[in-house]
Amino acid sequence: MVRSLLPTMLQVLLHGLTVLLLPPLLPGLIAKTKAVMAGRKGPPVFQLYYDLAKLARKQAVFSRTTTWVFLAGPVGGVAAGLAASCLVPFGHTPAPVSFEGDVILFAYLFGLARFLTILSALDTGSSFEGMGAAREATFSALAEPALFLGFAALAKATSSLSLGTMLAFPGSLTARFTGPLILVLAGWAIVYLAENSRIPVDDPNTHLELTMIHEVMVLDHSGRPFALVLYGASLKLLVLGALILTPALPRAPQAWQNWLAFYAALGLLAVAVGLVESSMARFRMTKVPQFLVAGVLATGFAFLLLLV
Amino acid sequence: MSLFLLALLAAAASGVPGLFLRRKGGEVAAGLLGLAAVLGLWASLRVLSGVPGGAVTLRTASLGAPGFLVLDPLAAFFAIPVLLLSVAGALYSLGYWEGRRGNTPALRLVYGLLTASLLMLVMASHALTFLLAWEGMAITAFLLVMAEDREPETRRAGWIYLVATHTGTLLLFAAFALLAKIHGHSGFAALPTGLAATRGGTALFALFLLGFGFKAGVLPLHFWLPPAHAAAPSHVSALMSGVMLKMGILGLVRFLSWVPDPPIWWGGALVALGALSGVLGVAFALGQHDLKRLLAYHSIENIGIILLGLGLGALGKSLGNPVMQTLGFAGALLHVVNHSLFKGLLFLSAGSVLHATGTRNLEQLGGLGQRMPWTSGAFLAGSWAICGLPPLNGFVSEWLIYLGAFRGLGPNLGPGRQGWPVVILLSLALIGALALACFAKAFGAVFLGLPRTGTAARAHEAPRTMLLPMGLLALACLAIGVAPILFAPALGRVADAMGPATGAALPALAGLPMISLVALVLGLLALLLWRWLRPMPRRDDRPTWDCGYAAPDARMQYTASSFADGLVRGLRWALRPAVHLPKVSGWFPRPTRYESHVPDPILDRAAAPALRFTVRGAALLRIAQGGALPVYLLYVLLTLLALLVWMVA
Repeated sequence: MVRSLLPTMLQVLLHGLTVLLLPPLLPGLIAKTKAVMAGRKGPPVFQLYYDLAKLARKQAVFSRTTTWVFLAGPVGGVAAGLAASCLVPFGHTPAPVSFEGDVILFAYLFGLARFLTILSALDTGSSFEGMGAAREATFSALAEPALFLGFAALAKATSSLSLGTMLAFPGSLTARFTGPLILVLAGWAIVYLAENSRIPVDDPNTHLELTMIHEVMVLDHSGRPFALVLYGASLKLLVLGALILTPALPRAPQAWQNWLAFYAALGLLAVAVGLVESSMARFRMTKVPQFLVAGVLATGFAFLLLLV
Repeated sequence: MSLFLLALLAAAASGVPGLFLRRKGGEVAAGLLGLAAVLGLWASLRVLSGVPGGAVTLRTASLGAPGFLVLDPLAAFFAIPVLLLSVAGALYSLGYWEGRRGNTPALRLVYGLLTASLLMLVMASHALTFLLAWEGMAITAFLLVMAEDREPETRRAGWIYLVATHTGTLLLFAAFALLAKIHGHSGFAALPTGLAATRGGTALFALFLLGFGFKAGVLPLHFWLPPAHAAAPSHVSALMSGVMLKMGILGLVRFLSWVPDPPIWWGGALVALGALSGVLGVAFALGQHDLKRLLAYHSIENIGIILLGLGLGALGKSLGNPVMQTLGFAGALLHVVNHSLFKGLLFLSAGSVLHATGTRNLEQLGGLGQRMPWTSGAFLAGSWAICGLPPLNGFVSEWLIYLGAFRGLGPNLGPGRQGWPVVILLSLALIGALALACFAKAFGAVFLGLPRTGTAARAHEAPRTMLLPMGLLALACLAIGVAPILFAPALGRVADAMGPATGAALPALAGLPMISLVALVLGLLALLLWRWLRPMPRRDDRPTWDCGYAAPDARMQYTASSFADGLVRGLRWALRPAVHLPKVSGWFPRPTRYESHVPDPILDRAAAPALRFTVRGAALLRIAQGGALPVYLLYVLLTLLALLVWMVA
């Protein structure tokens, strides 16, 4: 175990503050990277913070068709994301809540967020939002097996079922586990792009409702509920980012070094997502399942490699 | 024990007063079933807390059995959903069925008898009592399915159900005969060590698996289930899906508890069947337009999840891995109770929709959330639980099975065996994602958006007698989901019945209190966010954004079929959807129609032809049985003559 200089309470506090304050920075970084790549100046990195502050003060408009379910999506999405963030370690700093089997709870909390988001989209009765909801439900059916095969491979390699020990994998890294680990991370990178609705699966900046997935589901949200939606999306970038960054990070002797390494890696991840978005176009909708199956195959092979 | 027998009697008699009373027969029946539930639950909970339950024994030497009815932990455990759902259904029927048809008193009587048969069945510990109760259950359920026998669809469903259940019973007769040959008596007792690996053991396993598989609705023996569940009155569907299917699981569980050393392939077969039923069950559900048929296919899916758990437990037992064994069996058993709670809830709320609108077709509903807020809340709670989402009960049982499967990956099981835990993990993940899609579709199409037809627009909230049982079931789902640790000791005691004492370790699982903690955090966060949203400035009078189109219409909404279309198309190799494409030709094409539905391939291509073939074969017997009295007299004479010849010779 790492001997931490900071007492555990302070670590938990820092974990909580990171979750609450940091997420809106990530979309800003992605947007800035894309702007720089395209030779534009682009919006400020802190743009999402300004947007959230503005939305919190604005009036919300509700469609006549909606019921309370319309609000359950934003509320449930953020609540489930925050609850899941308690379970995931940030780099080599242990998670505030950790127990045997927390991986399953982690995955299902995101399932809950997805379920409520889909329902709140259907609550408007709009055909566009129905389309987005159907796509979200369809594609997640392929992302889920990739996520779980990755968990299975890591559980097999570490004989553990807690995110804390499963992801702190390189501590005991041997040559035998390197290959599978790379495959798991490759598979999860695909899941990361799909779950966060980034290019090449979905384009958050598109303006055609017919072709969107996630953005179209929140067309009717405004004001504070929409602020929650935006914050929830950025929270997902952070929490799932922690999932795929932690196994790749080296373990440092000091706690502050671990934190620093995590923040740096998170920044790099955002830049990497921006680079992917700048360098390729979105797939046709029919190609998306094939892309996701590649993720399933990568994690599946990782598991197979661990069997021999 | 005597309390439990009293409960059984009260249930059996619950419909009798209604035959003589002019009014209030339903209230009396519900009251008697409520009494039965109180007595039975008290007795069951005592047994589950460790008090020995007792048995009914007839001292008949010739039968040579240890007991006829035994209230052991397994019986007490399976009795709980029976008691809860039967009283919930009886209460519900007061608003749902009473006074609708002339056959109400008869329906009440049979409903009580079905409950009593189920209660007897869980306690049965002798082939005789077991088969008696089994037949009682099968026949009373048939009568209940036929409640609306004026509909040809109902008659067909009832007929298919009757054939399927009796085919299963026939296999069970063979299985129990084999068992009696092994034991020398027909009582239930542990099998000798080493028997399972012999040819007799294999035959026994195959017969029980098929016989109980028919009842549980394991794919491909499920074909009777969707039509029967759709045709039965909703409170009967709730009881059938929630409890009667589980009697097939009870049989399998009892059988597995007798076997000290199941071969590895038994566990493998259970896992394979579970994966098949689970994944294809939810896939077929995705293709349905009929709300109750959709729920029926989800019952098949959940039976699949239960089989995955049982298979995991059996694998653990064969491999001597107590962790896999305990978690697998405990997960499967908890899912039995969980499924009966949330599926009961879902069928009852589907019944409310049917009651209010008169249709089960998803494409004709919509917007009921504004018109039936309580029913929609109940359906949402049921959907939430059945998708295995935290913090409701479905998550806890799936979590146990996941945990057991993950634990099974750890130790080196040897070549060819590592696959089973991964099959379980993958199937559960896939089932979870597909179930989520399917319930988003069902809930969205029925309760959200705008009403698609006039009947849906005129819907009204269900009366309180219907809402009360739904509320109680939803609360039970929440209780198990939020505080699973409270139920762990009882569950551990039941899991102990499955083999060498290992279930006692269950309450020590560190994750169970942690699930409650995370559930609490989740609830608090949601409450805080909700309070932050409440005071916001808002206006509620705008239409939904439709890209500036000026005349949005309810028909423009995404339909349930289009919602599921992507997945149904992706799974078309298994589902084989029947699509009728419109023909558009000429300069002024005529009005045309598009139609698509997912038929049941097993029913249409295997079971129905087999049934027709059998009926045709049976027609050949008519040559001998023409109904003419002289011919029969001739038969008697010929038989006598033959006997005479035989005796002389």
